[in-house]
Amino acid sequence: MSDIKVKIGLECHCQMTSLKTKLFCRCPADYRGKPPNTNVCPTCLGLPGSLPYLNRRAVEEAIKVALALNCKINRRMVFYRKNYFYPDLSKNFQISQYDYPLAVDGQVTINVNGTDKVIRIKRVHIEEDPGRIVYKGSIESSPYTLVDYNRMGIALLEVVTEPDMETPTEAKAFLQELRSILEHLDVSDGSLEGSMRCDANISIEGGSRVEIKNITSFKEVERALSYEIIRQRNLLRRGVQVKRETRHWDEVRRVTVALRAKEEEMDYRYFPEPDLVPIEIADEMIKKIKEQLPELPATRRIRLVKQYGLTEYEARVLTSDKHLADFFEKLVSIHGNPKIDCNLVINELLRLLNEKNIGVRDLKFTPLEVSELLRMVDEGTISWKSAKYVLRKMVETGEHPRKIVEIEGIRRIASIEEIEKYVDMVFEKYREDVEEALREPKVVHKLVGEVLKETKMLADPKITFQIVSKRIEKLRELKK
Amino acid sequence: MTAKQIVKLVLTGSLSPVDVVETYLDRAKKLNPKINAFITIAEEHARRSAEELEKRLKKGFPGKLIGVPIAVKDVISTKGIETTCASKILKGYVPPYDATVIRRLKAEGAIIIGKTNMDEFAMGSSTELSAYGPTRNPWNLERVVGGSSGGSGAAVAARMAPIALGSDTGGSIRCPASFCNIVGLKPTYGTVSRYGLISYACSLEQIGPMTVDVNDCALLMEVITGKDCFDSTMIDYKFKWTPREVKGLRMAVPKEFFGEGTDERVANRVWDIIKLLESHGAIYEEISFPLARYVLACYYIIAMSEASSNLARYDGVRYGPPCDLSLPWYDSYSKIRGEGFGIEVKRRIILGCFALSAGYYGRYYLKALKLRTMIRNHVLSILKSFDVIVTPTTPFPPFKIGERVEDPLALYMADVDTVVANLAGVPAISVPAGFIDGLPVGAQFMANHCCEDLLLTVAKCIQDETNFHTKVSKEVRL
Ligand SMILES: [Zn+2]
Repeated sequence: MSDIKVKIGLECHCQMTSLKTKLFCRCPADYRGKPPNTNVCPTCLGLPGSLPYLNRRAVEEAIKVALALNCKINRRMVFYRKNYFYPDLSKNFQISQYDYPLAVDGQVTINVNGTDKVIRIKRVHIEEDPGRIVYKGSIESSPYTLVDYNRMGIALLEVVTEPDMETPTEAKAFLQELRSILEHLDVSDGSLEGSMRCDANISIEGGSRVEIKNITSFKEVERALSYEIIRQRNLLRRGVQVKRETRHWDEVRRVTVALRAKEEEMDYRYFPEPDLVPIEIADEMIKKIKEQLPELPATRRIRLVKQYGLTEYEARVLTSDKHLADFFEKLVSIHGNPKIDCNLVINELLRLLNEKNIGVRDLKFTPLEVSELLRMVDEGTISWKSAKYVLRKMVETGEHPRKIVEIEGIRRIASIEEIEKYVDMVFEKYREDVEEALREPKVVHKLVGEVLKETKMLADPKITFQIVSKRIEKLRELKK
Repeated sequence: MTAKQIVKLVLTGSLSPVDVVETYLDRAKKLNPKINAFITIAEEHARRSAEELEKRLKKGFPGKLIGVPIAVKDVISTKGIETTCASKILKGYVPPYDATVIRRLKAEGAIIIGKTNMDEFAMGSSTELSAYGPTRNPWNLERVVGGSSGGSGAAVAARMAPIALGSDTGGSIRCPASFCNIVGLKPTYGTVSRYGLISYACSLEQIGPMTVDVNDCALLMEVITGKDCFDSTMIDYKFKWTPREVKGLRMAVPKEFFGEGTDERVANRVWDIIKLLESHGAIYEEISFPLARYVLACYYIIAMSEASSNLARYDGVRYGPPCDLSLPWYDSYSKIRGEGFGIEVKRRIILGCFALSAGYYGRYYLKALKLRTMIRNHVLSILKSFDVIVTPTTPFPPFKIGERVEDPLALYMADVDTVVANLAGVPAISVPAGFIDGLPVGAQFMANHCCEDLLLTVAKCIQDETNFHTKVSKEVRL
């Protein structure tokens, strides 16, 4: 069953969050957290007589992305109207692109389990975001629907891939890479809610193409695709034909649901937007943007390996999130031990971030504080193990590491005399074990463990082991 | 009184803006029940504006149109004044913003005196298709006034306002101008901001002046033209006109627009005008315009297609009668649109949707666009060898109210002479060309892009020689 071929294509909608204003008016692009329908003007409200006027910065930003995705940029770009009725669209058409999109034919290389794979990009275009539908309570129980047009007209970038992915994991890897590219370009901040959404199309050998809409975050994609593959395989196994249809991802119930036929057979009646003129994109402009492109994840990975001696894997983990890589580089620049710094960032810090479901920029401390933490380890003030504990406290409270160490009384016990006191105590308490240890060297470890426990894990394990071993050795000789 | 005269009298202190406004308000209120030129007479707004202008005058900031009342077609957004497009679906809609042209008019001291009647959403050529009833022609109350800017035409012809703004998608300024014995100019596409003009067919329409006098037409053009960052389809252009002689002017007379389907009497009036200009040194040549038979089809496909999309926003959620909450949104939209739009609007939306739909797009919309390019190129090639193209403004004089309203194709025929200028984007003017049995007739002149000055020169010559513009209908004497 598992060798049946699966083809997955993605349609990603990314808000260009670094823009100051909306795509076709001058309302602020930062709509989040504002009272409903206050971030609006005649144009984005689609009031009778209003006209769209293009935010040129959006075109420049989109060109950056198209270049980073290795696309061919059309020298003449045209906006189209996509006509359909829906309450979140203030004009009941969306200004989007159709023929003559911004760019076509690109590619991105992803890596899954150490293997590279090229995903082709079909097209990249610019369009406006619709408003937001707000229900009172849930969809089912809401007696009416409310619409908030604050988001209406936000600049969106649509990136469409060829159906080159074969597993949900690959789809996730692609989206991660795309997000990292957008963040490296400073075009889109993927951590903002709803800033990156996508539709997926999926077909299993022997079935028709099914589209899944309304995947509201990149995280949901893997889930939605996995569900859909199982659903389609079950149908095929029962000999039921997989219909060509559009389904809706229900995030709460975690299932895909078929949409009504009416919406499926939508004819968008695309035609060139007569209120906007075709945009000519000069070679000069492309050249200039190309020259100013910042470092992208792929080149950064190579540099990280070269500059800091990291492994491919480590570099990949770091660059999957621009801000994580930034954090690491800043930390190295202060602390200066790439191996240890990388280990702390990709193992300890990243685990904590995932556990708390927050981003690097949500941290209440900077690499400087982390370097302080590592310095305490270097100085021998605290153990590596304690450092991990302190880091957790830092993430939770934002306190300075030295303060946490002081308050919690965490200190590494490294003085031989101090540790010997604990060893005395343990040897007194566990006489039988000591006897056994004389015959059976393995039991030494148990004694070491007991000593560490007595010190609340603050003793240096290496020194403790040495002391315990020496004691046993002495006792053995005495017995002889 | 012309706008120019009003400005002069206000500046010299002989008249105050309040005096002017009261005089016109009085006429408008008395005549409107008879003519139905205005949907809204903005009495309060006009009075308030006049008072503010008096203060402004004292401070010494006059404007080019200081104290001049203006009638504005109800398709142009006016902040605080209901703007309905003569449709039930926009009843009660008060725009929270001014169209760019309105902002410019206000800045120059003009006073909006009211919003004029029109065919619903500017779709029509007679101003019969209004949710507020037809406008009656001041020259003959049984006759149509032309359209779609019929209310503006009638308001000026009846001297309820000295000047007016109309909009012209396929002849909507020029047709009523010709039926009302006034001057109507459709400017070059992209010279007057469309921001605030409620769209019918965006790639074709322009706002333009409708006036009694050619000089006022020029004055109004000075105020309303010029780049606006809100309208992306504009070109760099600054209107400027110095009247000159018509000597040496080369006129093309396309015979297709004088032949079959054109009332012979109308053709004769226009020929009289051509001969008049010839007597002043202009020369003419009859030419052929073989694409003439395609212009209406081309125009209507493009206009309806754009309209089908432009009018989609009227779904009852934010304008029109409140939506029926017991219905699913989809059905509520259908219900409100079904009830809120008039028959002609619905016809054009449906045909437009059809022309844009998958499988028909290439056969209709795309083909119309190609044809449009051909027509435009043909017009421009004629205008390489000629300064102007002369035709009747409409093939017939004002017809009886109700005569054509049941037959859309017969109604569409009224646009056959005017749509060419919209398809080509060139400026065109309708100038009074005399009367047939007491009904006004207009002559139309088209010129190359941005050659409005040439059109005004021609119009001025005709005006000075004929004095048709001084004639006023008996019906509107108070
Ligand atoms: Zn806005």
